[in-house]
Amino acid sequence: MSHYKKLDHKLLTLPTALLSLAAITSLTIIGYRFLNGLGSVTNLNDVYPWGIWVAFDIVVGTAFACGGYALALVVYILNKGKYHPLIRPALLTSLLGYAMGAVSAFIDMGRFYNFYYLFNPNQINLNSVMLEIALCVMAYILVMFIEFMPAMLEKFKKFALKEKLEKVLFVFIAIGALLPTMHQSSLGSLLIAAGQKVYPLWQSLYFQPILALSSAIIMGMSIVIWEGSMVTVVYKRQPETHLLKGVGQFALYLLLFFLVIRLFDITNRGVWGLAFQGDYRGNMFLLEMVLFLIPTYILISPSLRKRGPQLMVAGTSLLLAGALYRLNAFLIGWVPNPADTYSYFPSVPELMVTIGLVALELLVYVVVIKMFPIWPKEHGEAAQILHESG
Amino acid sequence: MHEIEKALDDRQLAVTAENLGISRRGFLQFCTGVAATLGLSNTAGIQIAQAVSNSGMRRPSVIWLSGSECTGCTESLLRSTHPTLETLILDMVSLDYSEALSVAAGYQVEEAKSAAMKENWGKYILVVEGAIPTKDGGIYCKIAGKTMLEHLHEGAEGAAAIVAMGSCSSWGGIPSAGMNPTGAKGVSDIIYDKPIINIPGCPPNPYNFLSVVLQYVTFNTLPALDDQLRPKFAYGRLIHENCERRPHFDAGRFANEFGDEGHRLGYCLYKLGCKGPETWANCPVIEFGDIGGGIWPVGVGAPCFGCTEKGVGFTKALHEASEVSTHTSPEFFPNINPEKGSTATAGSAGLLGAALGAAVGASAMAIRNLGKSEQQNESQGS
Amino acid sequence: MDRRSFLKMAGSGAVIAASGIPAAARGNLEVSDEAVGMLFDATRCIGCRACVASCKEIHGKPAELLDGEPMWDAAEDLSADTLNIIKAYKNEVEGHVSFIKRNCMHCVDPGCVSVCPTKALTKDPVTGIVEYDKDVCIGCRTCMASCPYNIPKYSYDETFGEINKCTFCNSKGIERISKGMLPGCSEVCPTGANIFGKRSDLLEEARRRLELNEGDRYVYKLNAIDSRYQQEGTVGKYQQHIYGEHEAGGTQVLMLAGVPFENLGMPNLPERSYASISETVQHSIYKSAIAPTALLGGMLWLARRNEKRIRDEEDQDGGDS
Repeated sequence: MSHYKKLDHKLLTLPTALLSLAAITSLTIIGYRFLNGLGSVTNLNDVYPWGIWVAFDIVVGTAFACGGYALALVVYILNKGKYHPLIRPALLTSLLGYAMGAVSAFIDMGRFYNFYYLFNPNQINLNSVMLEIALCVMAYILVMFIEFMPAMLEKFKKFALKEKLEKVLFVFIAIGALLPTMHQSSLGSLLIAAGQKVYPLWQSLYFQPILALSSAIIMGMSIVIWEGSMVTVVYKRQPETHLLKGVGQFALYLLLFFLVIRLFDITNRGVWGLAFQGDYRGNMFLLEMVLFLIPTYILISPSLRKRGPQLMVAGTSLLLAGALYRLNAFLIGWVPNPADTYSYFPSVPELMVTIGLVALELLVYVVVIKMFPIWPKEHGEAAQILHESG
Repeated sequence: MHEIEKALDDRQLAVTAENLGISRRGFLQFCTGVAATLGLSNTAGIQIAQAVSNSGMRRPSVIWLSGSECTGCTESLLRSTHPTLETLILDMVSLDYSEALSVAAGYQVEEAKSAAMKENWGKYILVVEGAIPTKDGGIYCKIAGKTMLEHLHEGAEGAAAIVAMGSCSSWGGIPSAGMNPTGAKGVSDIIYDKPIINIPGCPPNPYNFLSVVLQYVTFNTLPALDDQLRPKFAYGRLIHENCERRPHFDAGRFANEFGDEGHRLGYCLYKLGCKGPETWANCPVIEFGDIGGGIWPVGVGAPCFGCTEKGVGFTKALHEASEVSTHTSPEFFPNINPEKGSTATAGSAGLLGAALGAAVGASAMAIRNLGKSEQQNESQGS
Repeated sequence: MDRRSFLKMAGSGAVIAASGIPAAARGNLEVSDEAVGMLFDATRCIGCRACVASCKEIHGKPAELLDGEPMWDAAEDLSADTLNIIKAYKNEVEGHVSFIKRNCMHCVDPGCVSVCPTKALTKDPVTGIVEYDKDVCIGCRTCMASCPYNIPKYSYDETFGEINKCTFCNSKGIERISKGMLPGCSEVCPTGANIFGKRSDLLEEARRRLELNEGDRYVYKLNAIDSRYQQEGTVGKYQQHIYGEHEAGGTQVLMLAGVPFENLGMPNLPERSYASISETVQHSIYKSAIAPTALLGGMLWLARRNEKRIRDEEDQDGGDS
């Protein structure tokens, strides 16, 4: 008997209708992009090769999608079984988030029809960070899909098959914990080759991988908190605070680790002065720091860290902090020439594609949790059924 | 120069020069000048001089037909030289038929024409001035009872080569402008089985014609032609590539109105509609009128209208901007550090703000709700 | 959280952190013996832009027109249609102008080659020319991100775009170097401001010029370092620096100038190439796949043990979470 159920709500609501509209707009623009080239839709230019489709959709988007990864580490590697019920929703979010990242990567690729060369052993360049990210992400999506199969098999009542799969699931769980470790750190390493073109406040060189990885796991835990709180409120379920506060604790330890390395790196390279120049980039750095410090304060405080609303504040702030850290490193902190005379801001269609893809992701999430057994049954619900059945 | 000194001793040359009433040196200078126009060496110039003075040579016959023309091309030719040299040129060839220059008229002239054609069959040069109307059987131009079209076919049959003098006979010219009501065409659109040389222009510089004739008379050859059958030595370059005002073009100095400051300072006439960038001719090089010093349309402040070019002359509006095909860098330079790229617009900033606002707003709402339900639970529980 | 769990986390964290520290550093790549290059001497450049026109013609690229001014090819910057450009630096105070020629520097340790996932950008082992193969390029534009000079340019305005950059006129279909000819820009330069040749020879020539005094007379080579054509001129004032000798590992396009290179837009780069740092980090983490394999082994063991236990516990509890 399943510990999970599908949420009993209508599929077509005002929010899902609006999300569908945004998603359709986005898909139309994507179609136009394929017919007329990247320049017809985006504001990408000769010195800003990566815009929001890379910096947000892929780099931030996949970090948002690290819930499954973060929770897998907690549940299966650190052996905290009590968080297990949160795994399926987190996995769904991860699968959708990474799928969106992969779709964005594909539409951002100028010569996408050559992508099969990424699998050609004679053609690939093993020095390339981009190669590692591409292959690793594709493999991870496959793994997550397999990890998601039990939920699908449950829905379609293929219980025998489900049991067989669950016997070997640990293999995929282990791989699913390894792969994000590799590519999330590589997303940080991607910036090393850009050298001076990344503003010194974010060009951590040798520390890029560890900072990227730890912030990804932090964001993964934060999304679990955020998502859990949102579903509680929207679908009027019992709060999962007793679980989420534990997740918050793990996030805190990692957050302290991250901040120590980050502050050490900036001090070591002697670039603190840049933070206080009062210019755009300095201010964005300070904002990022504030967004990291607010949740630090909340999660350290014994009284605040076990309360639902405060946890949600911390979670939201951490998500914004992690996202801003990545956007700062890839986009806001991008300095194409020493005189800094170039600029980039996404165009309306470019933004619409991102917003529409996020909307699509939310839409699919909302539809799936209403159609498939994803969310855990609430306290006492299962016991009641057991009682009634005799 | 050594060869020229030697040539000056040539007895035959001396006699010819004396007959012409000019010095030997002057005569040689004329011939070497013509050779230079053809892109030939001084030695060729001497050969030309010798060919001219060699009275033993039979002067080739020239039949000059006049179609739908204004006679400007003949007039241009008449003004090409000092009168005694003009006489010389007309003595180099035997001009057996010319409506403009003939004193006689009527049946005798036509008979003389037929006789000359018969006598020189296969060897005479047919020069055609003016377009040939082809509509309605060609009745819009009739000479001596026959259409120009018939005259052309007849004349072409026995010609060694045909020279189309002027834009009208090269591609239709003025008569072919607009709707072309008479169906006026150039020679090369009607005759296909004879060597044709087009000398377009309205009028063309007479030396373009004279050089072709002299080359034929001296060497019995015709100059290298481009794909529109125009001699490359004259029509092988765009006016734009030879124009003395090109530095003004490159520097962005233009006359914007007739008589304005720029016009008076001699600036580029591109903005007044100069068709130099799409016209092939040597006007800036040899100019007109033999007096030098920038005497050609652009040189005197009148934008070129592309009189040699089919599709440009009499087709494009005078002040319509011409198409530049040979783009090169202007006189101004790009910045070391250009300010380029996109910035936030009202639309994009608004959209971004709305999306961010929605996300943060939804979170804030959830936080508030959680707070309320937690308060409720606490008050219930305790 | 109990002490046990914390220690486990810290332990795994340390392993991951340690893998970020370089185990075996990959230094800068060395320049090949027969590496070819160009020497651009800004003191000789008169800004005629014959090199720009020649490059456009050889590659069949269209003119870049200014808005409303269809007359000129007035590119503002290198782009997908402009592989070579001359820019001017005007010193209003001292009243002089210096020109700078910008095109691919053909780095000794190119960032673009290091990062390309499908080897679309490669460095010829003999000539050192950095070449591009559009047939395997996926258009990810990582090369654009990792070039300190912003040289590779993607043609965004085409449905199927490609990367465009100077290849010393040796790209497929042009192959001037392979045919024993010179790159177009070197061939047409009237003053010898841009000459082609072996990098080692050009470096020697550059050093010779830096020894000269302002006002001396010197015989400058035209077109190529071993050309029989030359031109005598007066030596100008040189900045005592050969740009490209060491910058980010060195470049095969060397530059001399009379004004500081920062004024000419040339970035001030350290000697260590960023490609070497990026590869050092990558190799340290993924050296023979030891770390990932070890990590996977550990995860497999833990996952197997814990996953089964959690499933059994849940079945016992009868569904209570």
